[in-house]
Amino acid sequence: MKLTINGVTKEYLEQLTVQQLLQQLNLKSERVVVEINRAILSPNMHNTTELKAGDAIELVQFVGGG
Amino acid sequence: MLIYLNEKPLEIENGTRLYELRKKYKANADLLIVNGFPASTDQKLDSNDHVIMISRGEQPSAEDLESLMMARHTPGVHQIIKQGCVGIAGAGGLGSHVAVALARVGIGQLNIVDFDVVEPSNLNRQQYFIDQIGMPKVIALQNNLQRINPGTKINIFHQKVTPENIAEFFGEVDILVEAFDTADQKAMLTNHFLCNFPEKFLVAASGVAGYEASNTIRTTKVTEHFYLCGDGVTAAEPGCGLMAPRVGIAAHHQANAVLQLLLNNMAE
Repeated sequence: MKLTINGVTKEYLEQLTVQQLLQQLNLKSERVVVEINRAILSPNMHNTTELKAGDAIELVQFVGGG
Repeated sequence: MLIYLNEKPLEIENGTRLYELRKKYKANADLLIVNGFPASTDQKLDSNDHVIMISRGEQPSAEDLESLMMARHTPGVHQIIKQGCVGIAGAGGLGSHVAVALARVGIGQLNIVDFDVVEPSNLNRQQYFIDQIGMPKVIALQNNLQRINPGTKINIFHQKVTPENIAEFFGEVDILVEAFDTADQKAMLTNHFLCNFPEKFLVAASGVAGYEASNTIRTTKVTEHFYLCGDGVTAAEPGCGLMAPRVGIAAHHQANAVLQLLLNNMAE
């Protein structure tokens, strides 16, 4: 399954939820904004949303300070 | 011929001299500025000259003040900016600078939310003063902004932003500036605001700490309605503090992104 993450396309072998992808990438769910195919995904959907072949995903992890 | 007196168009007779003009329109003016330079002697005026007449100690009318303050703007932009309503979530290093910049350019309305009070450690980067220590930041900031531009309407809320009250504070804004300190709060606000108000814009910040290179701070268009300012990686943590220059650079990236969005001219 091909996924494009922050502009880079990669082949993923197994089925993934958004939460599992975030874990693989060492990203903290509560600090992340996830956009899939140009729509923001609400954080309470991270666990239940399965990624599909061809999805374009933008991930932003915030760091503290302001 | 046409000249501009205190930035308002005025038809006067050809060959009119500066002191004649003063006698006729503002005899008590003690500061005369012609085309940006103080005039200490009488002189003949030319077509399209800009003449400013000020009496020391006199507070100009709101209308005069507005046209005088915005005289250096690109023509036409002020009428658009003054229609703008912008939310600012957090009145710390980012939010206080964004608010000051937007008030200076004459934004119409700011809705500012913050639960904190001014403390000494804030003063290394935030737009507050020693005599404001202990005051709620939103009240101190409102006072400071009114001294800069009384024409900007300021709504303040001394509360913590939660998913439940985002609509109450920011439901009416055109653009929201995320200016929080912690990563969790930044993500919470961004997620909830963009999900609930997909037609509005959000300008957030991430990666503003330290004193590394200025030029790593960028404005990125993440999605159609989501802009992010900062270097994206430099977190505030032990050994890497928050200081006025870099926080200020990021804040002014945010303020300029707001300006560009209001003027429908947002670059990538």
